[in-house]
Amino acid sequence: MKARVPATIAVIAAALAAAASGLSIAQHSGRARTAARLAPIETVTILPGAFTFRLPGEYLRNGKPVDAPTRTVSFQAGFDVMKYQVTAGDYARCVVDGACEAADGNAAGDMPVTGVSYRDAEAYAAWFSGRSGESWRLPTDEEWSFAAAERLHDDALGLADDGNPATRWLARYRSEAAGQAERDPQPKPRGHFGANSRGVFDIAGNVWEWTSTCYVNATLAPNAAVERSVENCGVRVVDGRHRGYMSTFIRDGRSGGCAAGLAPDNLGIRLVRDEPALVALLGWL
Amino acid sequence: MLTRREALLGTAAGAATAALFAAMAATPVLAEVRAGDISTLPREKVTLVAPPFVHEHQQVAIGGPKVVEFQLTVKEQPMVIDDDGTTMQAMTYNGSIPAPMMVVHEGDYLELTLVNPETNEMPHNVDFHAATGALGGAKLLDVNPGEQATIRFKATRAGTFVYHCAPAGMIPWHVVSGMSGTVMVLPRDGLKDEAGKPLKYDRIYYVGENEFYIPRDENGKFKKFDSLGDSYDETLKVMRGLIPTHVVFNGKVGALTGDNAMKANVGETVLFVHSQANRDTRPHIIGGHGDHVWEQGKFSNPPAKDLETWFVRGGSAGAALYTFLQPGIYAYVNHNLIEAAELGATAHIMVEGKWNDDLMTQVKAPAPIAAY
Repeated sequence: MKARVPATIAVIAAALAAAASGLSIAQHSGRARTAARLAPIETVTILPGAFTFRLPGEYLRNGKPVDAPTRTVSFQAGFDVMKYQVTAGDYARCVVDGACEAADGNAAGDMPVTGVSYRDAEAYAAWFSGRSGESWRLPTDEEWSFAAAERLHDDALGLADDGNPATRWLARYRSEAAGQAERDPQPKPRGHFGANSRGVFDIAGNVWEWTSTCYVNATLAPNAAVERSVENCGVRVVDGRHRGYMSTFIRDGRSGGCAAGLAPDNLGIRLVRDEPALVALLGWL
Repeated sequence: MLTRREALLGTAAGAATAALFAAMAATPVLAEVRAGDISTLPREKVTLVAPPFVHEHQQVAIGGPKVVEFQLTVKEQPMVIDDDGTTMQAMTYNGSIPAPMMVVHEGDYLELTLVNPETNEMPHNVDFHAATGALGGAKLLDVNPGEQATIRFKATRAGTFVYHCAPAGMIPWHVVSGMSGTVMVLPRDGLKDEAGKPLKYDRIYYVGENEFYIPRDENGKFKKFDSLGDSYDETLKVMRGLIPTHVVFNGKVGALTGDNAMKANVGETVLFVHSQANRDTRPHIIGGHGDHVWEQGKFSNPPAKDLETWFVRGGSAGAALYTFLQPGIYAYVNHNLIEAAELGATAHIMVEGKWNDDLMTQVKAPAPIAAY
């Protein structure tokens, strides 16, 4: 693996740039300057709203695996998300700037970048924030799920405990395998999988997207409240056709998945943007 | 040497006996007599099926020896060998990698017609490890594009045997391009354990393992060639390095997973036949065992018992019998785990049935570490 030093420096540089550009945004001049250098990024504004969100991770009740509980999550402010996944061309600019390591995927140009780890995604977000003068970051699992709208796959199995642990393993495998043989795992040009009802393209296609949400093992109380949990931030949620959990350094889910499970076809990136006001605030801090 | 039946036939011929015996001294005539004898045997025509499945067959032979007819048609075609769309200029029998499994019984005659359609570029043949003489029959089966040939050989040894293409000067290239399969010669009275007790299987899966050597371009990406001939030089260079780019079951990374995972039920006995025509491998069922394993695949040897992993030598096929005791998703791997996880040698088996708590139970589910 290449030394991480350039990426680390880039993160610091990006942070400084982000802070400085907070003022630029206020003056509406910085954006014009960076726009000349970076292709404009199309975004979709996710309007405020609330939805029922199934928590990520593994849950036990009375020592038995159960479906994760749901929570009502509301977004009072709404947020902006990239209309398309980060393309190989976008990512290549970060590589040229020395802030990102070359991706493992073999896509170019308008194809989504694939073969990127969580670390790569974070490095890209930091670089992109610096170059654009805006504050970009990975979405949380909640944000991604809300933006996915009708394309969100509920990973509940809805099975009663029958004393057979294999029932859930088989059901999970079957649900993730359904139609897999007919699908082409090769990344497609952006837009190929179309837009969802919120206007976000290619969500839940064949490129899974990194989120900032950590993996969790939890035990539920009888009332479905989380009694206790152990979080592992060395593993993050990846979202796509089904929800997955990947170590932060994995670039190819097929290698990083376990021997007897089905892994994401590809790992890619889509970022969300924090409000300029928040960036400006960060700049003052 | 005369068989009892030939001698009887000679006697029955009466006046012709002397002449016949004189003629028999010359081997070609002897062969003719045998051929005449074989013409009286019942014949069966088998339609082959693509692996991992195996054509219907009896485990214990019914009646005496017969002639079992098979046909293989050579298909030279590009094939996608992984999820990245890497395409190999493949050479195949009947369009599958591995080639279909043929099952006969010891003492049967296997009669193969090899068809090499005009649209192909290469000469082909078949070397049957189960056959005796003529380079495994290859010498009698050399067919150019636009030709076909038929040979018949007697299945004299019980076991699983590789067959593969072996054209002069290009043997390894044809083999690593996909041209290998397996013949299973069952004992007439079926499989037996080490004490001679009969063994039966409820299902059979043929897991053919192949390794590929795909050239890369200057950026490290796999190259795609327009034709077989175009791919030869560079492929040979990669082959000489002996490090495969892919090690796969059933011709493609992940070919036996997901919708195409193998299936079984708790309590069922499955025979897994595993072939590798070119390179050593070590099958292992994660979470399972080999109850009775013929590592070398030859059924006259008593099976080894309770194996965790078995060794299949390059250029051979092995057989492992296992009765599933627990439901779940099993991974069937080449237990060089780098080859399994990184190069592709992983299959899955979905096993349905009742969980056995006595065999295994989770005493305490994952939870924060308790303070002592």
